[in-house]
Amino acid sequence: MSDAPHADRRDFLKRALSGAAALGLVGAPACAAAGTEASGWKARVVVARDPQLRGGGSSVDPQRMLALLDRAMQTLFYRDHPAEVWRLVVRPGDVVGLKVNTLGGRGISTSRELVAAICERLQEAGIRPADIVVWDRDTREMERGGFHAAMGGDRVQCFGTDQVDYEDDLAMWGSVGSRLSKILTRRTNVLISLPVLKDHDGAGVTLGLKNMYGAIHNPNKYHPDGCNPYIADVNMLPEIRKRLRLTICDGTTAMYDGGPAYKPESSWQMNGLIVSTDPVALDYTGWQIIERKRAEKKLKTLAADGREPKYIATAADREHRLGTCDPKRISAIEV
Amino acid sequence: MFRRLSIESESAATGGASFDRRFFLKCALASGASLGAGGVVQPAAGMPAAAQPQQSDAQFVVEARFYDKQPNRRIKCKLCPRACVVGDKERGYCGARENRGGTYYSLVHSRVCAAHVDPIEKKPLFHYLPGSLAFSLATAGCNVNCKFCQNWDISQVRPEQIAAEYLPPYRIAQLAQQYGCPSIAYTYSEPVIFSEYMMDTADAGHESGVRSVVVSNGYIQQEALKAAYGKMDAVKIDLKAFNEKYYHDVVTGQLKPVLETLTTLRKMGKWTEVVYLVVPTLNDSEAEFTGLARWVKANLGPDVPLHFTQFHPQYLLKNLPITPVSTLDRAKAIADAEGLHFVYIGNVPGHPAQNTYCPQCKRLLVERVGFTAGKMLIRKNACPFCGRHIPGIWHT
Ligand code: SF4
Repeated sequence: MSDAPHADRRDFLKRALSGAAALGLVGAPACAAAGTEASGWKARVVVARDPQLRGGGSSVDPQRMLALLDRAMQTLFYRDHPAEVWRLVVRPGDVVGLKVNTLGGRGISTSRELVAAICERLQEAGIRPADIVVWDRDTREMERGGFHAAMGGDRVQCFGTDQVDYEDDLAMWGSVGSRLSKILTRRTNVLISLPVLKDHDGAGVTLGLKNMYGAIHNPNKYHPDGCNPYIADVNMLPEIRKRLRLTICDGTTAMYDGGPAYKPESSWQMNGLIVSTDPVALDYTGWQIIERKRAEKKLKTLAADGREPKYIATAADREHRLGTCDPKRISAIEV
Repeated sequence: MFRRLSIESESAATGGASFDRRFFLKCALASGASLGAGGVVQPAAGMPAAAQPQQSDAQFVVEARFYDKQPNRRIKCKLCPRACVVGDKERGYCGARENRGGTYYSLVHSRVCAAHVDPIEKKPLFHYLPGSLAFSLATAGCNVNCKFCQNWDISQVRPEQIAAEYLPPYRIAQLAQQYGCPSIAYTYSEPVIFSEYMMDTADAGHESGVRSVVVSNGYIQQEALKAAYGKMDAVKIDLKAFNEKYYHDVVTGQLKPVLETLTTLRKMGKWTEVVYLVVPTLNDSEAEFTGLARWVKANLGPDVPLHFTQFHPQYLLKNLPITPVSTLDRAKAIADAEGLHFVYIGNVPGHPAQNTYCPQCKRLLVERVGFTAGKMLIRKNACPFCGRHIPGIWHT
């Protein structure tokens, strides 16, 4: 274990109570309207940060990343030990797909250190290295994002859909008809989404839900109208929905404007992770973080910029029910 | 997996191309073996596209010709009415154009994913060199997403998702000559999205005495239309419906720009034929047929061929039946009654409305069997029986 700040469980709970306020979760009306029926249940979203994630330098310290991941996951699942946490997520025999986002190249892709930390914990939970597949749509794009392709053997697998193609038949839901990556459908039974915290010129933000555009063959068809309702519909595809267990959004480097391509001038080192089993609550929370950064930088809100991420409310509506975006029903926990 | 499309008519909208989908069509044809009409250019070894050696992206990438640069490395595409505003590293709706650092590129120049020697009747172009062959080609991508698309495997994919051959314009002109094709046809997917390649290939073809025809949805901006389709010798436009709602809901496009395309082509003097795919319950009302026929007559003239073609359930529209022949007959009867002179019925083998008759003396002028012209009696652009001028491009 590293020497990263480590709060105990009571501390976590204490912070959980004030988390929503601390994050400034002031739900958009659409999200409040899209909320589920009243009950005591709340979606948990953990925002974990480590200002020392990079030590004194520019690259991420792998040990501190591992500690940050543990802190986030232990908080989310109320467990004292990382091994217990991951046994709640996966079982031996599972084949786990880690869907990274490498569109932004070296500047702003899912960090290798995060992926390495997750792979370590998955293996401790009994997953064979060869049963972990780190994937995105294109192998060369992944390499540009800092990943080394690996296919075959006993090691962790790492390649893009270009190596195995998409399904021939269409998967359909709502407005969407797409061929799905065979990595998703044939190679894995568990999906962990590893997006990056970014602004998006069309959708407003690109987080966990939009990361699934990397699993379909025709994402270009689903960018009109702020990607709404397309992002929500893609996430309703049964092959995605039944596999998705967890979203870990990488905020090592994040972007508050000008995304999704990397623009150093509008990025910041958040040095944090956002984790949740509720992908809608996670996207909502990530959106609020980006809004706060935009306010700090004296930029318009995404709504004022004509880019409010309306797909989040759609994902929470009665037709989709992929999660909640009602801030009253989100327990956002800062650790 | 290896699937084969049925041979019906030509375009992504109205029919299928008889090439093997998602497989590499080896167009280089080093053997020089001659293909007959309808022959499929041979595929290489049956490997999925993804398993084949990676294609070099660079050879297919050229700067787009119709776009404006915007602040923050964004661009605005001026090729089709969708007018995509595309951020850095992103693609337009068609998937065939990409913003790289604020410069917009076509990814499909010379990137042929389907090539085929077809009878010109299969386009369908009925008043253009009947009985001739067209060296027909496509690249991946489309600027709309018709729910009934029969070629969605190539029209609704990104270029890198389908195997392709590098065939620069001069090579297409050579192949057309080699296979006895007086024309090159840009078809199967949507040629609007490979306009640069189409323009360059048309130039190469004309230098070698080979003409060019395009089979298109007509969803293109005016400046690009004049530049690109100005190089064509004939144009076939799929007018998918005569109401905006259908264009919005079923096509993901707009009707108005397509009508503007048709009137501009008319002003340009381009030989144009119009195809209307009749989809049961969605665009088959009498009012719509009447409105369409009146618009064609008023804006394009009574001599423009209008083809009503039969729908077959495909892609995202599998819940509807095949268009009854009686519906097609009704559409033709309405258009005839409105005064159009050349109304055809397509995708129905053996239907007498596949033939061309003289509007004046009613005698048979061109007899078509399947996709071949059996009898061709027109002489010097006129009916040999009564002398009435028959519009079209009938002779090389
Ligand atoms: S050609 Fe493609 S990129 Fe250009 S406006 Fe049309 S769909 Fe968009």
